[in-house]
Amino acid sequence: MSAQDNEALFQQRVDDEQKVEPRDWMPAEYRKNLVRQISQHAHSEVVGMLPEGNWITRAPSLRRKAILLAKVQDEAGHGLYLYSAAETLGTGRDEMIDQLLAGKAKYSSIFNYPSLTWADIGAIGWLVDGAAIINQVMLCRTSYGPYSRAMVRICKEESFHNRQGYDILVTLCKGTPAQKAMAQDALDRWWWPSLMMFGPSDKDSPHSAQSMKWKIKRQGNDELRQVFIDRTVPQAELIGLKVPDPKLKWNESTQHYDWGEINWEEFHQVIQGNGPCNAERMAARRKAHAEGAWVREAALAYAEKKAKRKAA
Amino acid sequence: MATKHEKDWPLWEIFIQSKRGLDHKHVGSLHAADAQMAVENARDVYTRRGEGNSIWAVRASDIHASRPEDQGAFFDPADDKVYRHPTFYPMPEGVKYI
Ligand SMILES: [Fe+2]
Ligand SMILES: [Fe+2]
Repeated sequence: MSAQDNEALFQQRVDDEQKVEPRDWMPAEYRKNLVRQISQHAHSEVVGMLPEGNWITRAPSLRRKAILLAKVQDEAGHGLYLYSAAETLGTGRDEMIDQLLAGKAKYSSIFNYPSLTWADIGAIGWLVDGAAIINQVMLCRTSYGPYSRAMVRICKEESFHNRQGYDILVTLCKGTPAQKAMAQDALDRWWWPSLMMFGPSDKDSPHSAQSMKWKIKRQGNDELRQVFIDRTVPQAELIGLKVPDPKLKWNESTQHYDWGEINWEEFHQVIQGNGPCNAERMAARRKAHAEGAWVREAALAYAEKKAKRKAA
Repeated sequence: MATKHEKDWPLWEIFIQSKRGLDHKHVGSLHAADAQMAVENARDVYTRRGEGNSIWAVRASDIHASRPEDQGAFFDPADDKVYRHPTFYPMPEGVKYI
């Protein structure tokens, strides 16, 4: 079959809502796009453990500590599901991790912001996981089978993340004025970076159109961002928090919130490595990887020794 | 670093039976040094909420798959045997339990 036939057949399959599976023929660009997107997503899950891990030892009660530990453990699992999906495209996990550690791979800009107070752990679960859920629910219908299945698995676990975060803020808002102020401060700092999680506006997004044609993505960044805003603003109001956007206003005619302007300059700065915590995050990942090297080697040496003994 | 790729832990495909009486179903893969570690890691990543009753770990390199490009010809023998389906047989009006 010619390359054009293959390409046409592939697009037909995608248009017919049939999933693409690992051994199917696919355009080289589709594969490349997916490896990039899925590995970035995996890196985000892994790096995303750092701002929350930062508070495990300082959680205000044993109950909160157990919850946070379980949440962070889930994120490690999400990283694994996603690396596992990306590997089906023929790129090794070590290769993807090398790229991250070499600073060549991206991860979500949100994790380059610091988690300064306990309320930030609430804001992360509520806003960051909340935004991630909207993106991930859309990706459950992505055209690549293994990616779609990983997303279904992840989405089943995210609702807990979202709720435990909101629950932290609900509790703080019912507390002392200082506690409520802490919750408000966390929302003030995390709101705009959370909106940036959906990526650039579709008109400025280089990969969007092709991704939509291949049904890797099913909805545009702006549409998803609006869903997030419409869902989240009433949740803030319900517990007496104020979203830090003077232009935010319900629009009766569109049945959506109107809202202000994202500071795209800040977004690009963070993406390019100049966010408040980029260097710290990368240093932490490199240190963990280097310090784990002997464990990886020892486990393999032990497995080889056992296998030899069994063969003898 | 040159030998790193060879030194990577092998890849295992994981199958989970969610409940007694059901099939083991493929859930994904993971890297592990040996079979025992594969099963234990599978427990930690794929059954954190009681999703599993039994786990199978199979080395990915031990799985042999049919080729999607041959799909048509490969599954062809089943296509022209409509008499394998019960709907092939018209039943007389009024017959019961068949
Ligand atoms: Fe996650
Ligand atoms: Fe999460």
